[in-house]
Amino acid sequence: MKHMTRKATRHISQNENLIFEKSSAGKAAWKLPPLDVPDVDTAKLLGKSERKDLGNMPEVSEIEIIRHFTRLSTWNYAIDLGMYPLGSCTMKYNPRVNEFVSRVEGLANGHPYQPEKISQGALRIIKTLSECLIEITGMDAITLQPAAGAHGELTGLLMVRAYHESQGNARKKVLIPDSAHGTNPATAAMVGYAVENLKSNDRGMVDVAALAAQMNEDVAALMVTNPNTLGVFEQEIHKIADLMHAKGGLLYMDGANMNALVGKARPGDFGADVMHLNLHKTFSTPHGGGGPGSGPVAVKKILEPFLPRPIVITKPDGILAFEYNRPQSIGRVRAYYGNFGMFIRALAYILANGPDGLRQTTEDAVLNANYIRKGLEGVYDLPYDTPSMHEVVFSDKLQSKKGVRTMDLAKRLIDYGFHPYTTAFPLIVPGALMIEPTESEPLEELDLFIEAMKSLAEEVEEDPQFVLDAPHNTRISRLDETQAARKPILRWKPESLG
Amino acid sequence: MRYLPKSAADREAMLKAIGARSVDDLFSPIPAEYRLSRDLAVPRQMAESEIVDWFKQRARENGDGYTSFLGAGAYFHYRPVIIDALVQRGEFLTAYTPYQAEFAQGTLQAIFEFQTMISELTGMDLANASMYDGSTGAAEAVMMAVRCTGKSGAVVARSLHPEYGEVLATYATHQGIPLKTVSFADSGRIDLKDLERAVTDDTACVLIQSPNFFGTVEDVDAIAAIAHKKGALVVVAIAEAVSLGIVEPPRQADIVSMEAQSFGVPLGFGGPYCGVLATKDKYVRQMPGRLSGQTVDKKGKRGFVLTLATREQHIRREKATSNICTNQALVALMVNIFMTVYGKVGLKELAKQNLAKAAYAADQFGKNAKALFSAAPRFNEFVVETTEDPYAINARLLGHKIVGGLPLKKFYPELGNAALWCCTELTTRSMIDTAVGLVAESERSVRSTKEVEEQEVTQ
Repeated sequence: MKHMTRKATRHISQNENLIFEKSSAGKAAWKLPPLDVPDVDTAKLLGKSERKDLGNMPEVSEIEIIRHFTRLSTWNYAIDLGMYPLGSCTMKYNPRVNEFVSRVEGLANGHPYQPEKISQGALRIIKTLSECLIEITGMDAITLQPAAGAHGELTGLLMVRAYHESQGNARKKVLIPDSAHGTNPATAAMVGYAVENLKSNDRGMVDVAALAAQMNEDVAALMVTNPNTLGVFEQEIHKIADLMHAKGGLLYMDGANMNALVGKARPGDFGADVMHLNLHKTFSTPHGGGGPGSGPVAVKKILEPFLPRPIVITKPDGILAFEYNRPQSIGRVRAYYGNFGMFIRALAYILANGPDGLRQTTEDAVLNANYIRKGLEGVYDLPYDTPSMHEVVFSDKLQSKKGVRTMDLAKRLIDYGFHPYTTAFPLIVPGALMIEPTESEPLEELDLFIEAMKSLAEEVEEDPQFVLDAPHNTRISRLDETQAARKPILRWKPESLG
Repeated sequence: MRYLPKSAADREAMLKAIGARSVDDLFSPIPAEYRLSRDLAVPRQMAESEIVDWFKQRARENGDGYTSFLGAGAYFHYRPVIIDALVQRGEFLTAYTPYQAEFAQGTLQAIFEFQTMISELTGMDLANASMYDGSTGAAEAVMMAVRCTGKSGAVVARSLHPEYGEVLATYATHQGIPLKTVSFADSGRIDLKDLERAVTDDTACVLIQSPNFFGTVEDVDAIAAIAHKKGALVVVAIAEAVSLGIVEPPRQADIVSMEAQSFGVPLGFGGPYCGVLATKDKYVRQMPGRLSGQTVDKKGKRGFVLTLATREQHIRREKATSNICTNQALVALMVNIFMTVYGKVGLKELAKQNLAKAAYAADQFGKNAKALFSAAPRFNEFVVETTEDPYAINARLLGHKIVGGLPLKKFYPELGNAALWCCTELTTRSMIDTAVGLVAESERSVRSTKEVEEQEVTQ
């Protein structure tokens, strides 16, 4: 290694083959109780629908399974190991009490169709979380049904469309800033809207003059992320909302960056009509290697009739119940009521924080991002000097002169014991390094990160090829993604043995 | 706040380094009129012990300790304890989507194994890394079939989980996908004659569920023959994954949309669950969702990466196959571990026990009430028709701490007093006998009351 790092040291990790390569007939990790009803003749019951063979399913023992997955786990980086500064992803601490309470019997074993009389606890959780999220966002009503952020976007835009249809004109297009997440245009397409790009101004914000020019009666909504993907607060957000509303359009807010606002500002107060939240970002439910998420959608009064079915209501006698009779509802976006297990975790997080903790959390998230910005200014190019909120976006402009791009820097950062920042996004910054530390990092970890990034910049000057060849300290070196895509191997097959 | 790792002195030092006088300076980009100057009206900060108490109290209000005969797309199976022991390892729990492959090989290899096992079990060539759940997976599968065929219509079995159907209707509304429904025959299976009439040259796919919402195993070969003759794809939804241990997979299908909750995922009042799509090789580029693929590193060592990303929203934006981004990775890991624990032999034995329990229960119920749809094979669910309103029966059962079958009139008014019952390996004979006894008792009393009333009328 060229430069030393205080953060990490190489250590032995175990090799592990695919589970199928450990399988052999007769090994087992299961045991069923004796059958207490008469055995059945499966051929007689199922006829030609009887399955004879389960193909290449594995046969292994319990200790092998424990070792298999434990070994695999050690090949991952995780928040539990250190800072995970993926911009836009809000990789904050996932409190263990959340996991504990989500597994309490009676909650974990609740069936979605069990009678309301014995579902009051679950309904109370849904109602309490809904009330908290409505207060936090400053909106009027909410659905917890969507399973993830993108699913929330879909739900939100379906409501936008239903609203416009109720006004007699569904309208044709959705405006989306060029700095937006890819899910925004993909969602608009799913709802049957054309996507019209909105250019950012030289400060990285929505160009209000351009918006005024592009806004007309064909536009159903503007989807804006605030703070936007540069980590910049849209200071003219209310003007933006007024422009939309003046021509009958709605303001959709992508709440991916709510970690910059909770307890400090409320989208409902600055003009948003509909927004989604990501419980797996702002409200600490675990990312789990890519899910499960949960994407509640909060709306203003005018959109309430269109919320997905069912909603939770309080009956006159105080009993909580699901209400299905919602004639203007967009319908269901998911079976049952959403990712309930995530509601438990998010609510546990809110209860652990209270109003003071939520505010302090936001303040620390913004403090951390600005501390990193200060520490790396001059070392990396800062394409927009607009003040940062919870994340900061640099570019690889200085390093690319030596042929080193953001992804190469990211791979070398792994050697320093840090998960990389988000690379090459937002698209309006060529070679972006998008850094979001969250509130969960102590000062010591932030200093180690700044030190690593500085050291990395020096390495680029001294020996760019060394950086281009990174990572050097991982189990495997850089993987051939082109080959993976050209000749996809998406499953194991016995032939590939040996 | 106990989750925040900073002292007041740390914060002071950081502000000084930044050159800010106070933390409020950092929030000055937000116009003053939108800055919140009060506390949020949320409950006060609680101690961990209070949080645990609060949720335990909610659990007590939530019917803990009841025997349940509910299935209908959400099944109570035993969850081996090693599932939670392993998925709670921080390296799985607190990792992100494995975009940086060299630092996420554990998640990527696990997904690759998941894709392999789902392919094996469904009889398909390949599977993706997961979808939100069975309902959204089925809707995405229909949209995928539309892309694969260039046709627009979908024919949907009425015996599909009604909530899957509702989700599909929501998704299809603005995509120009007309939906046609095909009813079920007396056997509980799809009405093949009705299907034949419904499928036209414009049909992109036929969407069925097997075992269907009534627990009946469909004749997928016959359905596929009708669909394929007209150039339509066959999409098979599977809501009860354990059935795959003993029921032949829908090999004639073009896309399988599975809800894998039965494989080690808690009921959790409806979620999070684990959808997954499986399909034939030729359709892979139209499939939504993440895929882990095998490749090699610079030294030729085997490794895994997320691949075929050109289908996805972060690359293709509005031209992507779907807007899906976050999926159900950790739940898919539960499913993965469950499949590994039971494996080739255990899954079959597990499925056999489910089959036997349901067969026994259906026989017993059939002695005093009418078991519907008994002509066709079924797995672990069955429909019982009673004289009395099943809601009234269930209210009485609840007094005995038993949750009876799901009354079907909410979704199928034409089925009157029918209810959908489910038995799994966790349903004991004594539970079945107790429930059968209570239902029989109520049937007898309702019948005798009716007889008395009828006699009074005659007199």
